Amino acid sequence: MFSPEIRTSYQQQLGDMQSQGIFKQERVICSPQDADIEAVFPIGSEMKHVINMCANNYLGLSSHPEVIAAAHAGLDSHGYGMSSVRFICGTQDIHKELEKKLTEFLGTEDTILFPSCMDANGGVFEAVLGEQDVMIADRLVHASIVDGMRLAKAQQDTYKHSDMAHLEQKLQLHQDKRARLIITDGSFSMDGDLAKLDQIVELAEKYNAMVFLDDSHASGFIGKTGRGTHEHCGVLGRIDIITTTLGKALGGASGGCVSGRRELVEMCRQKARPYLFSNTVPPVVAAGAIRVIDLISSTTERRDKLEKSTQWWREGLTKAGLIIKAGETPIVPVMLFNAKLSQDFARDLYDLGIYAVGFFFPVVPKAQARIRTQISAAHEMHHLEKALDAFTKVGEKYGILGLTKAEIIAKYGE
Amino acid sequence: MSALKEAVLTYVKNEYLEADDDREVTYDTPLISSGIVDSFSMVSLKVFLETTYSISIPDAKATPEAFDSVNNIAVLLKEFGINE
Repeated sequence: MFSPEIRTSYQQQLGDMQSQGIFKQERVICSPQDADIEAVFPIGSEMKHVINMCANNYLGLSSHPEVIAAAHAGLDSHGYGMSSVRFICGTQDIHKELEKKLTEFLGTEDTILFPSCMDANGGVFEAVLGEQDVMIADRLVHASIVDGMRLAKAQQDTYKHSDMAHLEQKLQLHQDKRARLIITDGSFSMDGDLAKLDQIVELAEKYNAMVFLDDSHASGFIGKTGRGTHEHCGVLGRIDIITTTLGKALGGASGGCVSGRRELVEMCRQKARPYLFSNTVPPVVAAGAIRVIDLISSTTERRDKLEKSTQWWREGLTKAGLIIKAGETPIVPVMLFNAKLSQDFARDLYDLGIYAVGFFFPVVPKAQARIRTQISAAHEMHHLEKALDAFTKVGEKYGILGLTKAEIIAKYGE
Repeated sequence: MSALKEAVLTYVKNEYLEADDDREVTYDTPLISSGIVDSFSMVSLKVFLETTYSISIPDAKATPEAFDSVNNIAVLLKEFGINE
C-alpha cells in the first residue's frame, strides 16, 4: 500500500534532490531533432527557437530526409512492431541485414543488435565472462558499463583514467585469472578525450587480455572513414568486443549492438539477458539505420564537415578566453568549475537562444563543473558563430574570459 | 604509527590520486564522501584488501561507510582478525 508515510518519505527524497541542485528537469522539444529546435523550458513557459548545442546528433542524421524516407518505407514494408523478442518471432530480414552492415562497417566478425547500447553493456559481460575471469575498466567508463559489470560474476578492477602504467600494473596483478578483459570507452562522454587504444591493444597482446570498446560517442565519425576509435588508433580488427549505439550519430533513434569475435557475439545470442528478454529493435528503426550505414559508407562528407566545425569551435572558444578540455572530438566541455556558475551560465545562454546544459558533481568530479557542448554536422557556420558570440557575451558578464582555473575558482569557489 | 594503516594509506594515495593532486590524505580523511574514491573504483580497494590480507569481504560489509577512511578500513579489517 502506498501509505501517507511512504508518500511523505518519497516527497522528502525528491525535496532533498531539489535542495542539493541535482533534480533533473526535462526540456520539451516541439520540433524534430536538429541544429535549430523549438523548445519549451521550463515547462509552461513560451516556446522558444534555440540552437541546439547539446545533442548527440553528431552527423546530423536524426532528421535527414533520406533516413526519414527509409524509415517510412520500412514501416510500410515491415510493419510497426514485432511483438516478440528476437529468438521467438522477432527477427526480420532487415535485422539480419543491419547486423551484417554493422559488422562490415565496424570491421568485425559478427554483430548482434540490442534494444539499446545500455542493454548491450548491461548484458555482454555476464554473457561472456565467468567467476574465474577479471574485468579491468577505465574509471571514467559510461554508467551502463558500470551497471553491466555489476551484473557479471567476474571479478572487477579499475585503472586510473587513460593511465597505461596503471593498467599494466593491473594486468600483471591479474595474470592468475582465466581471462582478462580490458574495458574502455572510445570517446569519453564527459571530457571528450579519446582512449589510447593503440597502447591498450599492445598491453592486451603482451598480457594475454581481451579488449572491450564502447564506441557510442565515436561510431560514424571518429577515424578517417568514421569507423570509430579503433580506426583512429590504427587497430581495426584487433578489438575483441565493440559495443555501440544507433541512438547518437547513427540516426539517433534507438538500438545498440555488440560486435566483435564470432564466438563472443554467439555467447550473447545464447546468454545475454537484455537480448533474450527484451523486444526486438522496431522495424522502422532497423530500416532507417540501414540507410544511415549506407549513407556514411558511401561518403565521408558529413564526418569531414564535423571535424572542421569542431576545430573551428574549439579554436573560437579558446581565442575568446574560455577554458575547454583539450581534445579533438566534437564533445567540447567549457570548464566553469563552480556548479552554480555552470547553471547560471547555461540559463543565460538559453536566454540568448543557445541550448546547452551545465554538468556538475556527482555527474562530473567536484570542482569540475562545466557546460558540455556537442558539435553536429547539422550545424552551419551561422549557428556556430551565433553560439560563440553568446558564449563570449555570457563569459564577459561573469568576468571569466582569460581567467585561469585557479582565478575562476578564487572568484566563484569550487 | 600503525603499519597496517600506513600500508592502506600508501595504497590509497598511489591508487587514487593523480600525480598533480596535492590533496593531503590522512587516516581520517573521508575517501568516498569526498569524491577521492567513487563507488565504482572502490572495487580496486576491496581487491587490494582481500589480496593483501587473504580475506574475503562480503558485499554486505563492503559499504561506502566501511571504506570511507583509513581508520574505518582498519576497524573493518579487525572484524576479520587483522589487527594493527
